[in-house]
Amino acid sequence: MKILVPVKRVIDYNVKVRVKSDNSDVDLSNVKMAMNPFCEIAVEEAVRLKEAGVASEIIAVSIGDKACQEQIRTALALGADRGIQIETESAPDALSAAKLLKAVVQAEQPQLVIMGKQSIDSDNNQTGQMLAALLDYPQATFASEVKVEGDKVQVTREIDGGLQTLELDLPAVITTDLRLNEPRYASLPNIMKAKRKPLDVKTPADLGVEVGNKVTLVAVNPPAERQAGIKVASVSELVDKLKNEAKVV
Amino acid sequence: MQRESMEFDVVIVGAGPAGLSTACRLMQQANDAGQELMVCVVEKGAEVGGHILSGAVVEPRALDELFPEWKAQGAPLKTEVTEDQIYLLKSGEKATKIPNGFVPKTMHNHGNYIASVGNLCRWLAEQAEQLGVEIFPGFPASHIIYGDDGRVAGIGTGDMGLDENGEQKDSYMPGMDLLAKYTIFTEGCRGHLGKELIAKFELDKDADAQHYGIGIKELWDVPADQHQPGLVLHGAGWPLSDAGASGGFFLYHAEDNQVVVGLITDLNYDNPHLSPFDEFQRMKHHPLISQYLQGGKRVSYGARAITKGGFNALPKMTMPGALLLGCDAGTLNFAKIKGTHTAMKSGMVAAETIFAALTGGDEGGNDLTAYGENFKNSWVYDELYSSRNFGPALHKYGTMIGGALNFIDQNIFSLPFTIRDNHADYAQLKPASECAAISYPKPDGVLSFDKPSSVFISNTNHEENQPCHLKLKDSSIPLMQNLPKFNEPAQRYCPAGVYEVLENDAGEKVFQINSQNCVHCKTCDIKDPAQNITWVAPEGGGGPNYPNM
Repeated sequence: MKILVPVKRVIDYNVKVRVKSDNSDVDLSNVKMAMNPFCEIAVEEAVRLKEAGVASEIIAVSIGDKACQEQIRTALALGADRGIQIETESAPDALSAAKLLKAVVQAEQPQLVIMGKQSIDSDNNQTGQMLAALLDYPQATFASEVKVEGDKVQVTREIDGGLQTLELDLPAVITTDLRLNEPRYASLPNIMKAKRKPLDVKTPADLGVEVGNKVTLVAVNPPAERQAGIKVASVSELVDKLKNEAKVV
Repeated sequence: MQRESMEFDVVIVGAGPAGLSTACRLMQQANDAGQELMVCVVEKGAEVGGHILSGAVVEPRALDELFPEWKAQGAPLKTEVTEDQIYLLKSGEKATKIPNGFVPKTMHNHGNYIASVGNLCRWLAEQAEQLGVEIFPGFPASHIIYGDDGRVAGIGTGDMGLDENGEQKDSYMPGMDLLAKYTIFTEGCRGHLGKELIAKFELDKDADAQHYGIGIKELWDVPADQHQPGLVLHGAGWPLSDAGASGGFFLYHAEDNQVVVGLITDLNYDNPHLSPFDEFQRMKHHPLISQYLQGGKRVSYGARAITKGGFNALPKMTMPGALLLGCDAGTLNFAKIKGTHTAMKSGMVAAETIFAALTGGDEGGNDLTAYGENFKNSWVYDELYSSRNFGPALHKYGTMIGGALNFIDQNIFSLPFTIRDNHADYAQLKPASECAAISYPKPDGVLSFDKPSSVFISNTNHEENQPCHLKLKDSSIPLMQNLPKFNEPAQRYCPAGVYEVLENDAGEKVFQINSQNCVHCKTCDIKDPAQNITWVAPEGGGGPNYPNM
C-alpha cells in the first residue's frame, strides 16, 4: 500500500512569533523554520504502518519554494521513501493546496493520505477536509488511533467529550491529532541517507492545476499587551475599583 | 540500538565563522584539484546561525579572500559603516565624545560592515553545502574520540532521548561516531571540548591566562527618524566603572530600521555583587543610548562569552589529529573588538595546511605543526601581535592610562615591550562582605527589562526531561562556599536566570539550576570562583534560536 504524506514548512514552535512593523505579515526573515508538528505526527504514523508491513511506500509532498525541500528531506530522514516538491512562489491558500494535492493523489494513486489536521502557522484546519471532498474520498479527521485492516481503515477520532471510532473504505484521507503518536528523532545516519533519496520537483502547471488564491491576507496584528497590575490596600478599595473603574460589579 | 560510525577526511565541530570557513576553503581546494574530500560539520544549534551571537561590525578581509565575489553572491554584509563615534560615559547622564584624533586606529571602521554574524553563518553554510560539505545542525559533538595512541580520532554526537536520570526514553536514539583524519574544533569561546583539549594536550602551557568578557546584546526596531544606517557607537566607563569593572558598550545602526545595542563586561571584575545583565539594562537609560531606542521595540535578546586574551593568551592550536581554531582558541583581536575576520582566517589557513598535508599522502592523526608556521606568516598573526598589549594595558592601568598607552601603541609607535596580565578571571572575585553592594534600578519595561522576559525573546528551548547539561563537580560548593563568601555570584553573572538560590518550605536554602533557560553563553564555566561548573552540550537542537543576531 502506498501512503501519501503532505508536509508543511512552518515557523518553528519554539520561536516567538513577531509581526512585521508594517503589519503585513509575520516576520519570517532568518527565523527558524521546521516541519509542522502535526505533519511530523503524520509522517511518524505512515512510517509505523510501513514498519508494521502494512505500507510499502511513503511519499512526502510539500508545496512552496525551494526551502520546503528541507522539510521533505526531514520526512525522508524519518522514513519516507521519496519526495515531491510542488514549486510555488508563495504559500497557497487551503483550497489551492487541496487542489494541488488532489492532482498528486490522482497521479500517484495512494491508498491512504495521512496529513496534519492543521498547520501551526495559519491554523486553518481545512486542507484535509477539502482534499477528501475534491477526491470524493471518505475522511477521518483528528485521528488518535489508526488501524488498517484489509481494504478498510479504522480511525479513532478525538471529539468533544470523548472518542469516536469510524471505519472507512480505502482509499481515504486521515488527519492527525496530537495524541496519535510521539514522533521519533531523525538519526544522523538516516539524515545522511535521506540526502540520496529521490525528490521530484513539479510545478502547478505540470499537475494541470491553476493556483489562484481566493483568500488575501489583509493585516496581522499582535495581541494587545497585558497591562501591569496594581496593588490595592484594602478590600473596600478593590470593590470600589471594580465598581467605578472596571465597572464589572 | 548500537552506535554507528562513519569516516570522513575532516570533521568540524561548530558551524560558526571559523568552522564554516575551514569547510569552504577545504572544498574549494578539493574541487579545484578535482579531488574527492569528505568534510562534515556538526552544529549543536537547531539550525546554522541560531546559536551565533556577535555585535557585529565585520571587517571583510577574510571574506574577500574566501569569496571574492561575495557581494554578487549575496552575502548579508549590506550596511557599510559611515561614521564612528567613541564616548567615555562619565555618569548616568554625561558622556564625553573622544575626538577622532585620539582614537586608536584599530577602532576606526572605515570599509567595515554592520552585520548579523548569525546571518553571515547562514550564508556561509549555503556556500559550503554548494561546495559539497555535509552540515548537520541539531547534532552536538558531545565527546572526543581518542585513538589508542592518544591522538584525536574524531567526535561522538550526543545521544537523544535520555531522561533526567540518563535513562533511555521511548524516543531514545544513540549518537554517532564521526571519525576523521583531522578534527577541527571551532566551538567558539570556551567550547567544552576545546577546554578538554587545552587541558589534555597542555596547549596553554606557554601562554598567559586566558581572559574573557560577557557580551549581552539586544536587537531593536526603532522609529525611522532615529535611525542612521551605518552609524557606529562605542564607549566605556559608566555604568561598569561605578563597580570598578571594565568593559564597553556598542550601538550599531543596521539596515531595516534596526539598531543593535550591547554591553561587554570583562569577566575579571572583582565585585561579586555585579550583575552584567543589570549593568546593561541600566546603561540603556543613558541619554546617549536612549535617544536611539526610545519609541522603539526590543526584538531579540542574547548573550555570549568572548575570548579576549589575544596574542599573549593564545594556546598552541595543533595537536595530534586535531586543530583548535577561532574563538575556541582565542583569535579575537581585542584592539579592534572583532573576531569574525580573524576566526575565518584561522580556519582558511588550517584548511590550506590540512589539504596540503592530505594531498602529500598524510594519513591523518598527526600534529600539523606546519599550521603554526603558516599561521605566523598570515596577517592574523601580525594583527594579533601588534594588538597584544591592548587588553592587558586596560586591565592593568584602567581605561584612561591603559587607553592612552593603547593610543601610543597603535598610532604612534609600537611599544617595544609586552604588557602581561596573568591573573585568571575566576580568581579575581573578592568576598562579598568586602565589596559595596550594588542596587540596580527596577526595569521600566520600556527601555529596560527583567531576565525572564529577555530570555523569552531569545527563543530558548531545551527538551525538558533530559540530563542537566550544567554539571557541578561538587554539588555542595554553591551553598557551602560560594553563598557565604560571594553571595553565589552565579545568580548574577548568568544572563539567563539559570542559577537561583531559593528557600524551601523548611526554610533551607536550595541551589536550583534552571538549565532549560540556558542561552549557551558559557559564562558560568568561566567565572565560577571554584571552577566547579562544567558546561556540556545538551540534547541536540536545544538552546537559543537567535534570528538576525
